[in-house]
Amino acid sequence: LFVAETSIMTKLLQWLLGVSLLGAIWAVVAFDLLELSLTRTYREVAWPMPLYLLVSFGCYSLATVGYRVATFNDCDEAARELQEQIKEAKDDLKKKGLRM
Amino acid sequence: MASRKALQPNRVNGDKYSVLLPTYNERENLPLIVWLLVKYFGENGYHYEIIVIDDRSPDGTLEVAEQLQKIYGEDKILLRPREKKLGLGTAYIHGMRHATGNFIIIMDADLSHHPKFIPQFIKKQKEGDYDLVSGTRYQGDGGVYGWDLRRKLISRGANFLTQVLLRPGASDLTGSFRLYKKKVLESLVERCVSKGYVFQMEMIVRARQLNYTIGEVPISFVDRVYGESKLGGNEIVSFVKGLLTLFATT
Repeated sequence: LFVAETSIMTKLLQWLLGVSLLGAIWAVVAFDLLELSLTRTYREVAWPMPLYLLVSFGCYSLATVGYRVATFNDCDEAARELQEQIKEAKDDLKKKGLRM
Repeated sequence: MASRKALQPNRVNGDKYSVLLPTYNERENLPLIVWLLVKYFGENGYHYEIIVIDDRSPDGTLEVAEQLQKIYGEDKILLRPREKKLGLGTAYIHGMRHATGNFIIIMDADLSHHPKFIPQFIKKQKEGDYDLVSGTRYQGDGGVYGWDLRRKLISRGANFLTQVLLRPGASDLTGSFRLYKKKVLESLVERCVSKGYVFQMEMIVRARQLNYTIGEVPISFVDRVYGESKLGGNEIVSFVKGLLTLFATT
Protein backbone atom coordinates (compact mmCIF):
# COMPACT_ATOMS: atom_id res chain seq x y z
CA LEU A 1 0.00 0.00 0.00
CA PHE A 2 2.69 2.46 1.04
CA VAL A 3 5.00 1.53 -1.84
CA ALA A 4 2.31 2.21 -4.42
CA GLU A 5 1.86 5.76 -3.17
CA THR A 6 5.49 6.81 -3.67
CA SER A 7 4.52 9.71 -5.87
CA ILE A 8 2.66 11.39 -3.03
CA MET A 9 4.69 10.36 -0.02
CA THR A 10 8.30 11.49 0.10
CA LYS A 11 11.06 9.03 1.02
CA LEU A 12 11.49 10.90 4.30
CA LEU A 13 7.85 10.41 5.20
CA GLN A 14 8.03 6.74 4.23
CA TRP A 15 10.98 6.30 6.57
CA LEU A 16 9.30 8.20 9.40
CA LEU A 17 6.19 6.08 8.98
CA GLY A 18 8.15 2.84 8.93
CA VAL A 19 10.28 3.81 11.91
CA SER A 20 7.25 4.98 13.88
CA LEU A 21 5.43 1.75 13.19
CA LEU A 22 8.35 -0.43 14.20
CA GLY A 23 9.06 1.85 17.14
CA ALA A 24 5.49 1.52 18.37
CA ILE A 25 5.55 -2.27 18.14
CA TRP A 26 8.91 -2.35 19.93
CA ALA A 27 7.72 -0.05 22.72
CA VAL A 28 4.52 -2.06 23.23
CA VAL A 29 6.42 -5.34 23.53
CA ALA A 30 9.53 -4.12 25.38
CA PHE A 31 7.71 -2.03 27.94
CA ASP A 32 4.50 -4.03 28.03
CA LEU A 33 2.50 -0.85 27.36
CA LEU A 34 -0.74 -2.62 26.60
CA GLU A 35 -0.34 -5.04 29.48
CA LEU A 36 -0.48 -7.99 27.14
CA SER A 37 1.07 -10.20 29.83
CA LEU A 38 3.69 -11.55 27.41
CA THR A 39 6.29 -13.90 28.81
CA ARG A 40 9.61 -12.43 29.94
CA THR A 41 11.38 -13.88 26.90
CA TYR A 42 9.47 -11.61 24.52
CA ARG A 43 10.43 -8.55 26.50
CA GLU A 44 14.06 -9.59 26.91
CA VAL A 45 14.45 -10.25 23.20
CA ALA A 46 12.59 -7.11 22.10
CA TRP A 47 14.39 -4.65 24.37
CA PRO A 48 17.83 -4.66 22.67
CA MET A 49 16.38 -5.11 19.14
CA PRO A 50 16.85 -1.53 17.95
CA LEU A 51 20.53 -1.66 18.85
CA TYR A 52 20.96 -5.09 17.29
CA LEU A 53 19.31 -3.93 14.06
CA LEU A 54 21.42 -0.79 13.93
CA VAL A 55 24.64 -2.73 14.42
CA SER A 56 23.58 -5.38 11.89
CA PHE A 57 22.80 -2.71 9.34
CA GLY A 58 26.16 -1.11 10.02
CA CYS A 59 27.95 -4.40 9.40
CA TYR A 60 25.91 -5.07 6.28
CA SER A 61 26.77 -1.62 4.94
CA LEU A 62 30.49 -2.02 5.55
CA ALA A 63 30.51 -5.49 4.02
CA THR A 64 28.52 -4.41 0.96
CA VAL A 65 30.53 -1.27 0.26
CA GLY A 66 33.78 -3.16 0.90
CA TYR A 67 32.78 -5.90 -1.52
CA ARG A 68 31.75 -3.39 -4.17
CA VAL A 69 35.00 -1.46 -3.87
CA ALA A 70 37.02 -4.67 -4.10
CA THR A 71 35.17 -5.81 -7.21
CA PHE A 72 35.07 -2.41 -8.91
CA ASN A 73 36.17 -3.13 -12.49
CA ASP A 74 39.35 -1.44 -13.69
CA CYS A 75 38.99 -0.71 -17.36
CA ASP A 76 42.61 -0.90 -18.49
CA GLU A 77 41.61 -2.24 -21.88
CA ALA A 78 39.25 0.67 -22.45
CA ALA A 79 41.96 3.18 -21.60
CA ARG A 80 44.39 1.51 -24.03
CA GLU A 81 41.81 1.43 -26.79
CA LEU A 82 41.06 5.11 -26.23
CA GLN A 83 44.72 6.04 -26.54
CA GLU A 84 45.00 4.22 -29.86
CA GLN A 85 41.84 5.79 -31.18
CA ILE A 86 43.03 9.24 -30.15
CA LYS A 87 46.12 8.78 -32.33
CA GLU A 88 44.00 7.54 -35.20
CA ALA A 89 41.59 10.46 -34.80
CA LYS A 90 44.34 13.07 -34.71
CA ASP A 91 45.91 11.76 -37.92
CA ASP A 92 42.59 11.56 -39.71
CA LEU A 93 41.52 15.03 -38.61
CA LYS A 94 44.80 16.53 -39.71
CA LYS A 95 44.25 15.00 -43.15
CA LYS A 96 40.76 16.49 -43.21
CA GLY A 97 42.19 19.92 -42.55
CA LEU A 98 41.82 20.49 -38.83
CA ARG A 99 44.35 22.91 -37.40
CA MET A 100 44.94 22.31 -33.68
CA MET B 1 -0.06 14.91 -44.62
CA ALA B 2 2.18 15.10 -47.67
CA SER B 3 3.50 18.56 -46.75
CA ARG B 4 4.24 17.39 -43.18
CA LYS B 5 6.49 14.63 -44.50
CA ALA B 6 8.37 17.09 -46.66
CA LEU B 7 9.17 19.25 -43.62
CA GLN B 8 10.52 16.33 -41.59
CA PRO B 9 12.47 14.17 -44.01
CA ASN B 10 14.33 12.38 -41.22
CA ARG B 11 11.18 11.10 -39.55
CA VAL B 12 10.28 9.24 -42.72
CA ASN B 13 13.50 7.26 -42.49
CA GLY B 14 13.15 6.57 -38.79
CA ASP B 15 14.85 7.70 -35.61
CA LYS B 16 17.29 10.53 -35.26
CA TYR B 17 19.72 10.96 -32.37
CA SER B 18 20.77 14.40 -31.15
CA VAL B 19 23.91 14.42 -29.01
CA LEU B 20 24.16 17.30 -26.56
CA LEU B 21 27.75 18.27 -25.77
CA PRO B 22 28.08 21.04 -23.20
CA THR B 23 31.69 22.22 -23.39
CA TYR B 24 33.96 24.41 -21.34
CA ASN B 25 37.64 24.47 -22.28
CA GLU B 26 37.52 21.31 -24.36
CA ARG B 27 39.62 22.54 -27.24
CA GLU B 28 41.75 19.39 -27.23
CA ASN B 29 39.00 16.86 -26.66
CA LEU B 30 36.18 18.20 -28.81
CA PRO B 31 37.63 17.11 -32.18
CA LEU B 32 38.34 13.67 -30.76
CA ILE B 33 34.90 13.10 -29.32
CA VAL B 34 33.29 14.34 -32.53
CA TRP B 35 35.49 12.02 -34.58
CA LEU B 36 34.47 9.07 -32.41
CA LEU B 37 30.78 10.00 -32.59
CA VAL B 38 30.94 10.28 -36.37
CA LYS B 39 32.72 6.92 -36.52
CA TYR B 40 30.23 4.96 -34.43
CA PHE B 41 27.09 6.61 -35.77
CA GLY B 42 28.37 6.24 -39.30
CA GLU B 43 29.35 2.58 -38.92
CA ASN B 44 25.82 1.75 -37.77
CA GLY B 45 23.98 3.94 -40.24
CA TYR B 46 22.11 6.01 -37.67
CA HIS B 47 20.76 9.49 -38.33
CA TYR B 48 22.38 11.93 -35.94
CA GLU B 49 23.44 15.45 -35.14
CA ILE B 50 25.93 16.77 -32.61
CA ILE B 51 24.98 19.94 -30.75
CA VAL B 52 27.91 21.77 -29.16
CA ILE B 53 26.88 24.09 -26.33
CA ASP B 54 29.96 26.13 -25.50
CA ASP B 55 29.93 28.49 -22.53
CA ARG B 56 32.36 31.08 -23.95
CA SER B 57 35.44 28.92 -23.36
CA PRO B 58 38.52 31.12 -23.18
CA ASP B 59 40.69 28.44 -24.84
CA GLY B 60 38.99 28.72 -28.23
CA THR B 61 36.77 25.63 -28.10
CA LEU B 62 34.17 27.40 -30.23
CA GLU B 63 36.71 28.11 -32.94
CA VAL B 64 37.63 24.43 -33.09
CA ALA B 65 33.93 23.58 -33.22
CA GLU B 66 33.55 25.85 -36.24
CA GLN B 67 36.38 24.02 -38.01
CA LEU B 68 34.66 20.72 -37.28
CA GLN B 69 31.48 22.15 -38.74
CA LYS B 70 33.32 22.84 -41.99
CA ILE B 71 34.72 19.32 -42.05
CA TYR B 72 31.58 17.38 -41.20
CA GLY B 73 28.81 19.70 -42.32
CA GLU B 74 26.40 22.08 -40.66
CA ASP B 75 23.66 19.47 -40.64
CA LYS B 76 25.81 17.19 -38.49
CA ILE B 77 27.52 19.71 -36.20
CA LEU B 78 25.30 22.38 -34.69
CA LEU B 79 26.66 25.21 -32.59
CA ARG B 80 24.60 26.67 -29.76
CA PRO B 81 27.07 28.81 -27.80
CA ARG B 82 26.19 30.74 -24.66
CA GLU B 83 27.41 33.99 -23.19
CA LYS B 84 28.96 32.62 -20.01
CA LYS B 85 29.37 29.53 -17.89
CA LEU B 86 25.89 28.52 -16.84
CA GLY B 87 24.33 25.36 -15.44
CA LEU B 88 23.95 21.96 -17.03
CA GLY B 89 20.16 21.93 -16.89
CA THR B 90 19.92 25.16 -18.85
CA ALA B 91 22.53 23.83 -21.29
CA TYR B 92 20.27 20.88 -22.05
CA ILE B 93 17.24 23.12 -22.48
CA HIS B 94 19.21 25.46 -24.72
CA GLY B 95 20.60 22.59 -26.78
CA MET B 96 17.28 20.83 -27.16
CA ARG B 97 15.51 23.91 -28.43
CA HIS B 98 16.70 23.35 -31.98
CA ALA B 99 17.36 19.63 -31.83
CA THR B 100 15.67 17.73 -34.64
CA GLY B 101 16.18 14.28 -33.21
CA ASN B 102 13.48 12.32 -31.43
CA PHE B 103 16.14 10.93 -29.09
CA ILE B 104 18.66 12.92 -27.09
CA ILE B 105 22.01 11.61 -25.89
CA ILE B 106 23.80 13.42 -23.11
CA MET B 107 27.42 12.76 -22.34
CA ASP B 108 30.66 14.37 -21.19
CA ALA B 109 32.89 15.93 -23.81
CA ASP B 110 36.15 15.04 -22.07
CA LEU B 111 36.42 11.51 -23.45
CA SER B 112 35.46 9.87 -20.16
CA HIS B 113 32.37 8.60 -22.00
CA HIS B 114 33.08 6.58 -25.11
CA PRO B 115 30.72 6.80 -28.11
CA LYS B 116 31.19 3.09 -28.75
CA PHE B 117 28.45 2.51 -26.17
CA ILE B 118 25.89 4.56 -28.06
CA PRO B 119 24.88 1.71 -30.41
CA GLN B 120 24.39 -0.41 -27.28
CA PHE B 121 22.21 2.31 -25.73
CA ILE B 122 20.14 2.44 -28.90
CA LYS B 123 19.72 -1.31 -29.03
CA LYS B 124 18.76 -1.42 -25.35
CA GLN B 125 16.24 1.34 -25.85
CA LYS B 126 14.59 -0.55 -28.69
CA GLU B 127 14.52 -3.78 -26.66
CA GLY B 128 12.09 -2.43 -24.12
CA ASP B 129 11.02 0.88 -25.64
CA TYR B 130 12.63 2.49 -22.61
CA ASP B 131 11.98 6.13 -21.90
CA LEU B 132 15.58 6.49 -20.87
CA VAL B 133 18.72 4.37 -20.95
CA SER B 134 21.42 5.05 -18.40
CA GLY B 135 25.07 4.04 -18.61
CA THR B 136 26.18 2.36 -15.40
CA ARG B 137 29.71 1.96 -14.04
CA TYR B 138 28.56 -0.27 -11.23
CA GLN B 139 27.02 -3.28 -12.96
CA GLY B 140 27.92 -5.98 -15.45
CA ASP B 141 31.28 -5.24 -17.03
CA GLY B 142 30.92 -1.55 -16.36
CA GLY B 143 33.83 0.05 -14.56
CA VAL B 144 36.31 2.88 -14.23
CA TYR B 145 39.89 3.58 -15.27
CA GLY B 146 42.14 5.93 -13.35
CA TRP B 147 40.60 5.90 -9.89
CA ASP B 148 42.54 5.13 -6.75
CA LEU B 149 41.15 3.32 -3.72
CA ARG B 150 39.98 6.54 -2.04
CA ARG B 151 37.99 7.62 -5.06
CA LYS B 152 36.41 4.18 -5.49
CA LEU B 153 35.49 4.11 -1.81
CA ILE B 154 33.82 7.51 -1.98
CA SER B 155 31.99 6.54 -5.15
CA ARG B 156 30.65 3.24 -3.85
CA GLY B 157 29.90 4.69 -0.42
CA ALA B 158 27.94 7.59 -1.88
CA ASN B 159 26.07 5.26 -4.23
CA PHE B 160 25.21 2.92 -1.36
CA LEU B 161 23.84 5.81 0.70
CA THR B 162 21.82 6.95 -2.29
CA GLN B 163 20.38 3.48 -2.85
CA VAL B 164 19.36 3.16 0.81
CA LEU B 165 17.76 6.60 1.03
CA LEU B 166 16.18 6.93 -2.40
CA ARG B 167 15.69 3.34 -3.62
CA PRO B 168 15.85 4.71 -7.16
CA GLY B 169 15.67 1.55 -9.25
CA ALA B 170 18.86 2.39 -11.14
CA SER B 171 22.38 1.37 -10.17
CA ASP B 172 24.31 4.49 -11.23
CA LEU B 173 22.61 7.72 -10.26
CA THR B 174 25.38 10.24 -10.71
CA GLY B 175 26.37 9.04 -14.17
CA SER B 176 25.77 11.47 -17.02
CA PHE B 177 25.98 9.22 -20.05
CA ARG B 178 22.35 8.66 -21.02
CA LEU B 179 19.89 8.33 -23.86
CA TYR B 180 16.46 9.92 -23.46
CA LYS B 181 13.36 10.15 -25.58
CA LYS B 182 13.23 13.82 -26.40
CA LYS B 183 9.86 14.50 -24.80
CA VAL B 184 10.96 12.65 -21.67
CA LEU B 185 14.08 14.79 -21.29
CA GLU B 186 12.07 17.93 -21.86
CA SER B 187 9.58 17.07 -19.15
CA LEU B 188 12.32 16.09 -16.69
CA VAL B 189 14.64 19.06 -17.16
CA GLU B 190 11.94 21.58 -16.41
CA ARG B 191 11.18 19.78 -13.12
CA CYS B 192 14.74 19.48 -11.84
CA VAL B 193 16.28 22.17 -9.69
CA SER B 194 19.53 20.68 -8.34
CA LYS B 195 23.09 21.37 -9.45
CA GLY B 196 26.08 19.22 -10.33
CA TYR B 197 26.03 15.52 -9.48
CA VAL B 198 22.71 15.88 -7.73
CA PHE B 199 21.07 17.16 -10.92
CA GLN B 200 21.72 13.84 -12.65
CA MET B 201 20.37 12.02 -9.59
CA GLU B 202 17.26 14.15 -9.52
CA MET B 203 16.59 13.35 -13.18
CA ILE B 204 16.43 9.64 -12.41
CA VAL B 205 14.35 10.10 -9.27
CA ARG B 206 11.82 12.29 -11.07
CA ALA B 207 11.75 9.84 -13.96
CA ARG B 208 10.68 7.15 -11.54
CA GLN B 209 8.07 9.44 -10.02
CA LEU B 210 6.59 9.99 -13.44
CA ASN B 211 6.68 6.24 -14.08
CA TYR B 212 9.15 6.45 -16.94
CA THR B 213 10.93 3.18 -17.74
CA ILE B 214 14.68 3.01 -17.28
CA GLY B 215 17.09 0.63 -19.00
CA GLU B 216 20.76 0.23 -18.10
CA VAL B 217 23.90 -0.49 -20.11
CA PRO B 218 27.30 -1.14 -18.48
CA ILE B 219 29.88 1.41 -19.57
CA SER B 220 33.55 2.03 -18.94
CA PHE B 221 34.43 5.47 -17.60
CA VAL B 222 37.98 6.55 -18.42
CA ASP B 223 38.93 9.33 -16.05
CA ARG B 224 41.92 11.26 -17.38
CA VAL B 225 41.14 14.30 -15.24
CA TYR B 226 41.05 12.77 -11.75
CA GLY B 227 44.73 13.31 -11.09
CA GLU B 228 44.33 17.07 -11.55
CA SER B 229 40.94 17.54 -9.94
CA LYS B 230 40.71 15.54 -6.75
CA LEU B 231 37.26 15.02 -5.27
CA GLY B 232 37.38 17.43 -2.34
CA GLY B 233 35.48 17.97 0.87
CA ASN B 234 33.35 20.71 -0.66
CA GLU B 235 31.95 18.45 -3.34
CA ILE B 236 31.21 15.71 -0.84
CA VAL B 237 29.36 18.15 1.42
CA SER B 238 27.27 19.53 -1.40
CA PHE B 239 26.51 16.01 -2.58
CA VAL B 240 25.23 15.01 0.86
CA LYS B 241 23.19 18.21 1.09
CA GLY B 242 21.67 17.51 -2.31
CA LEU B 243 20.95 13.89 -1.44
CA LEU B 244 19.19 14.86 1.78
CA THR B 245 17.16 17.46 -0.11
CA LEU B 246 16.02 14.84 -2.58
CA PHE B 247 15.29 12.49 0.30
CA ALA B 248 13.04 15.06 1.94
CA THR B 249 11.30 16.38 -1.15
CA THR B 250 10.70 13.43 -3.47
